[in-house]
Amino acid sequence: MSQIVIENLSRRRFLHGAGGLTLGFCIPGLAAAAAAVAKAPTASFAANAFLRIGADNSVIVIAKHLEMGQGSHTGLATIVAEELDADWKTVRVEGAPADARRYNNLNWGPMQGTGGSSAIANSWEQLRQAGATGRAMLVAAAAQRWRVGEADIVVRDGVVSHPASGRKATFGELALDAAKQAVPTKVALKDPKDFRLIGQQANRRDSKDKTDGSARFTQDVFLPGMLVAVVAHPPRFGATVKSFDASRAKAIKGVVDVVQIPGGVAVLAKDTWSAKKGRDALAVDWDESAAFKLGSDEILARYKELAKTPGAVAKQAGDTNTAFAGATKVLSASYDFPYLAHAAMEPLNCVIRLGKDGCEVWNGEQMQTPDQHSLAQLFGIKPEQVKINMLFAGGSFGRRASKDSDYLLEAAQIVKAIAGRVPVKLVWLREDDMGAGYYRPMFHHALEAAIDSDGNLVGWRHRLVGQSIMAGSPMAAMIKNGIDPVSVEGATNLPYAVPNLVVELHTPTDIRVPVLWWRSVGSTHTAFSTETFIDEVAAATGKDPLALRLQLLAEHPNHARVLKLAADKGDWGSPLKANAGERRGRGIAVHESFRTIVAQVAEVTVKKDGSLKVDRVVCAVDCGTAVNPDNIRSQLEGSVGFALSAALHQQITLKAGRVEQDNFDGFELLRLNEMPAVEVHIVPSSAAPTGIGEPGVPPLAPAVANAIAAATGRRLRRMPFNTGELAI
Amino acid sequence: MIKLNVNGKSHQVDVAPDTPLLWVLRDTLQLTGTKYGCGKGLCGACTVYLDGAPARSCSTAVSSAVGRRITTIEAIDADRIGKVVQAAWRKLDVVQCGYCQSGQIMSAVALLAHKRQPSDADIDAAMSGNLCRCATYQRVRAAIHEAAKALA
Repeated sequence: MSQIVIENLSRRRFLHGAGGLTLGFCIPGLAAAAAAVAKAPTASFAANAFLRIGADNSVIVIAKHLEMGQGSHTGLATIVAEELDADWKTVRVEGAPADARRYNNLNWGPMQGTGGSSAIANSWEQLRQAGATGRAMLVAAAAQRWRVGEADIVVRDGVVSHPASGRKATFGELALDAAKQAVPTKVALKDPKDFRLIGQQANRRDSKDKTDGSARFTQDVFLPGMLVAVVAHPPRFGATVKSFDASRAKAIKGVVDVVQIPGGVAVLAKDTWSAKKGRDALAVDWDESAAFKLGSDEILARYKELAKTPGAVAKQAGDTNTAFAGATKVLSASYDFPYLAHAAMEPLNCVIRLGKDGCEVWNGEQMQTPDQHSLAQLFGIKPEQVKINMLFAGGSFGRRASKDSDYLLEAAQIVKAIAGRVPVKLVWLREDDMGAGYYRPMFHHALEAAIDSDGNLVGWRHRLVGQSIMAGSPMAAMIKNGIDPVSVEGATNLPYAVPNLVVELHTPTDIRVPVLWWRSVGSTHTAFSTETFIDEVAAATGKDPLALRLQLLAEHPNHARVLKLAADKGDWGSPLKANAGERRGRGIAVHESFRTIVAQVAEVTVKKDGSLKVDRVVCAVDCGTAVNPDNIRSQLEGSVGFALSAALHQQITLKAGRVEQDNFDGFELLRLNEMPAVEVHIVPSSAAPTGIGEPGVPPLAPAVANAIAAATGRRLRRMPFNTGELAI
Repeated sequence: MIKLNVNGKSHQVDVAPDTPLLWVLRDTLQLTGTKYGCGKGLCGACTVYLDGAPARSCSTAVSSAVGRRITTIEAIDADRIGKVVQAAWRKLDVVQCGYCQSGQIMSAVALLAHKRQPSDADIDAAMSGNLCRCATYQRVRAAIHEAAKALA
């Protein structure tokens, strides 16, 4: 991270209106461009900074990542505040504007965006330096003012002091002088043993606003003259508008305009309800001649046929053919995974205003750089003329990280269709959100294991069939030799020592259902097949599921450590009491995603009728340095509930190309009464932090399925679980 | 014109009588703490009180709210239980994305108003209609117990 250069932006162009210290960072080579932006008279000065200390004693951390619930804003601010020695109570967070020159995701190269559980991981060094540099300049300002040595100055909780003389000043009192200091070329970062916020509980910065109704989401944006747009979307993927009659829609009070856009017909009205009524009153004749018309059952049947043939090789080790030919026992199993909607509580929406200098966007923005390019292309302007205000997102789970800016472009097309006369808030109703695709792709897996005469696992064949997510995304270049890495992640990096292994992939290209990353992406299915199948290997060889895993994890001590912690805290091996007529069981699973390892032990109760209750889930996690332990707990609790929703309830199905679910009655979320008791144990670590937003999801379904198998002897290999199979 | 009493204030709104109360609160009065989630009374994000009892504002025509006291999240801190519940939510950092939390809090305050020391079964019954995609349920439950302790 030594290539990060810190500049004192305050010295170049002082913040208008509110005096203070602002620090910005540049990647060398882009520094000149960034400086040009900083000097431009209309550029927002704060746009180029991570930290702003006001003369009013405010400490504002500029977060380059979206806050969608995962706690990124609190985590990013914790890192800055730690090195700055700020008073946590006074720290506030602002979302950064779109500017990849300063706010790029360091894991993604020259691109700004949030995803892949990377917010804290990529910002760790960058923001420690931001905080430490700010601190050093406050110290330098104090030393100059008091004519004392910097080494004799102490900073704590937002106060700079010189104990020998008893002099003290707040950050705010020093901010203007600090802004005049030279930026130190090298700053000392804290020894982790001196951390006072990192590793402690630093309360969320957004709790107050999210409990009094004042937190501002895209849905809550109102601009002067703004119209609300509700869109009639095609009934099938690939259908287009043949013609439409808007006369009834236009007769509805409040409806102002009706326009055709590439993806349907938009009704613009003064308020949401009028727009919805107008949309419902539209008569649209759709051209479905080129529409996708297969149903889920037909797609799955095709996938099962494909799985009988060799696919593109994603990973190969040893000689599987020989291993299987010499095997004493061969196990095989296949697994089915449905399409899944993200179904965030805030349905998709986006506000766009076109002005003479460019366009301005208000959005729970997750993919700034590609979205800037998409909108710039549409409007015929430069990407930097697309100003994006990043608001809170009412959940995303990957959906707002659109790979082709789909919903933003839809909003922009509407604005363009009315020649930018007024700002537009595009509102997708729940039915639009659930029916519009961009699902976790449907997958089919076939696995085989070869066991030798000594009961050793000597061969592993894993074949996957499913659509590519990367195709058509800004990351499509990562597809190599027919392998989309996110189709096979979690399968190609199987941690277990199997000498002969092959992973193959089929990527159908004629299935035109839009697909997208969904919280933990490929691991949503690979963790399930690998972690339940390894359990089957344990059962077939008469071994304890934990013992077999540990035996095969000799080369992966970090996995083993996490697994042992979960097993220990989850009472692995101790008996479970069951009431009469109930069967109980415990299952375990471990999985690494986004460089974080999570193991879970699930306890289930299965009744005679097959109904299932997950009673308890004990999680262990190694995510490097625990920046905010309570947020790690919170994310794992939520991940358990999120993953259990999919395991128990959720599937998006198609019939003759039409999506069959359109609201929470057809696509159910887990409810409070179904939530298991979740415990979280964090492996102490001084390594750099890794992600926590997603890695809690993958192990849950396999841990539960393994627990069901322990309780009932039945292996559930299809998601969502058909608990009817468990009735006795 | 339709006359409404929202959070103790009288408002005249010019909307069609079939308009759901949700959109009148949000789009007309710009009380945006009440959220749209499903439009069918399935998720609870739009929960408000009518004469003190929880109601799904997305499925309540504004005409049927005339003459009744409408209370939204923006005024919940005027209620003693509301204040305590908010404090518990903040102490335990219940929220994640936050979008459903206005509805969660409205339902929790209503529960505590008629049952000061709810059991887990009471919480299940009162709160299982409020969906949370982030699945903050464990903390919702804990915060209700925390608030009950503070009210005891």
